[in-house]
Amino acid sequence: MRQGDENALAQLYDRYSPLVYSVALRVLGDTGAAEDLLQEVFMQLWRNPGLFDSSRGSLGSWLAVISRNRAIDMLRKRRPETDVSDVIVAVERDLAGEADRNRIMERVRGLLGGMPSNQRAALEMAYFEGLSHSEISAKTGEPLGTIKTRIRTGLLALRKAFET
Amino acid sequence: MSGHEQFADDLALHALGVLSGDERLALEKHLQECASCRRELESLRGDMALMAMSTMGPRPPARSRQRLLDAAKREPRHVEAKATRPWWLPLSWLATGALALILIYVSLQNAGLRRQVADMQRDAAGQQLELQHAREIVATLTASDAMRVTLVAAKTPPQPQGKAIYVRDRSSLIFLASNMPAIPAEKIYELWLIPITGAPIPAGLFKPDAHGSATVINPPLPANVEAKAFAITVEPEAGSTTPTMPIVMVGAGE
Repeated sequence: MRQGDENALAQLYDRYSPLVYSVALRVLGDTGAAEDLLQEVFMQLWRNPGLFDSSRGSLGSWLAVISRNRAIDMLRKRRPETDVSDVIVAVERDLAGEADRNRIMERVRGLLGGMPSNQRAALEMAYFEGLSHSEISAKTGEPLGTIKTRIRTGLLALRKAFET
Repeated sequence: MSGHEQFADDLALHALGVLSGDERLALEKHLQECASCRRELESLRGDMALMAMSTMGPRPPARSRQRLLDAAKREPRHVEAKATRPWWLPLSWLATGALALILIYVSLQNAGLRRQVADMQRDAAGQQLELQHAREIVATLTASDAMRVTLVAAKTPPQPQGKAIYVRDRSSLIFLASNMPAIPAEKIYELWLIPITGAPIPAGLFKPDAHGSATVINPPLPANVEAKAFAITVEPEAGSTTPTMPIVMVGAGE
C-alpha cells in the first residue's frame, strides 16, 4: 500500500471493508451513506498511508474507531473535529482474520446482551448516536453523573472481558 | 489513573467525541500534562474498537470494491515514465522502489519519534509545573519575611512548638519551629531523628529568629530510616554527634 500498489489497497479492502461498512451502516442507517464513508476512509488511507502509525496499535482497530467517528460526524452533520492521524488506539488485536473477528463479535454481543438494559442503552446512545451525557440524561430522565459512569463502566467491562 | 479519578468518566466521553464545553477544555488541559490519562484515552479507544465489532455482519456491495479501485487508479501515487524503455529501466524501478521503501520506513520512524518527542515535551511541561509548585511551597516556608502564626487555645501563653514532616522513602525532612526561646550566642538548637533502633541521628541545626521562628529543610540524612520520634536539644554552636541532655522538646509520629 505504501508503495502505491493497488493490489495492496484491494487486499486491505477485502480484509477490513466489512468492519468499516458495518459500523458505518449501523450509525448512519443508510446503505448509500455507508458506501460513501467506506470509499472516503479507504481513499484517505490510499492518499496518505502515513496517517496510520503502526507502532501505536493495530490497523483494524484504528479503522474501526476512525470509521465510527466519521460516521457520527456525518450523522450529526458536523465537520471532523479530530485529525485522524492524532487518533491513537492502544490495542494489540489486529482484527485481520475473519475467524478472530467472528469470535470477538460473538463475545462482544454476548457481553452487551448481558449488561443491565439501562447501561447498554446509555453506551449505545453515546457510541452509535453520538449523544452527549446531557442529551442522554434529557432523554432518559436519569442523572448526568449516572449516565457518565454507565458509559465508562460499560466500555471498561468490554476491555476486562478481553484481558487475559 | 490513580489520582485522576475526577477525569475518569470524562475520558470515556472524550474518547467517544461527545464531551464539550468547559468539561472538554478542562480535560484537554489535563491531558497535555498527564501521560497516564493520555494512555487511558488510547485504551478507551481500543474498547471502542471492540464496540464496533458488535455491528459486524453486513457486507458492502460488490460495486464498492470496483468503485474504490477505479478511484485509486485515477489518483496514481507514482507517475510512470512513458518515453523510451532502456534495458536498465527495471533495475532503476527496483532501486526507486527500494528507495521509496526506505523513505517510507524513515518517515514512519520519524512520525513515531515525533510523537515520542511530543509526549516527552508534554511530560516535561507537567514536571516543570510540579517543580514550580514545589519551589513556591519551599520559598514560602523559608522566606525570611514570612509571617508565621501559631494558633493555640485563646488565653494560653504562646508555647514553643515544632512541626516535623518526614518522608522516609525520600529521606526528606521539613521542620518548622515557632515561639522558640532565644538561645545564647555560643549555643544552638539541634534537631534529632530518633530511629526505631539505634542512636539518635543529627537532623539539622537552627537558631530561631527574633520572633522565635526557625526552619530546617532537607538536612543530610541516611537513606530509608524509620523514625520513631524527633527531639531537640541545646548544643555547642558547632553542633554535636550525640545529643546533650536534657531534651528540650520531643514528639512522636502521629
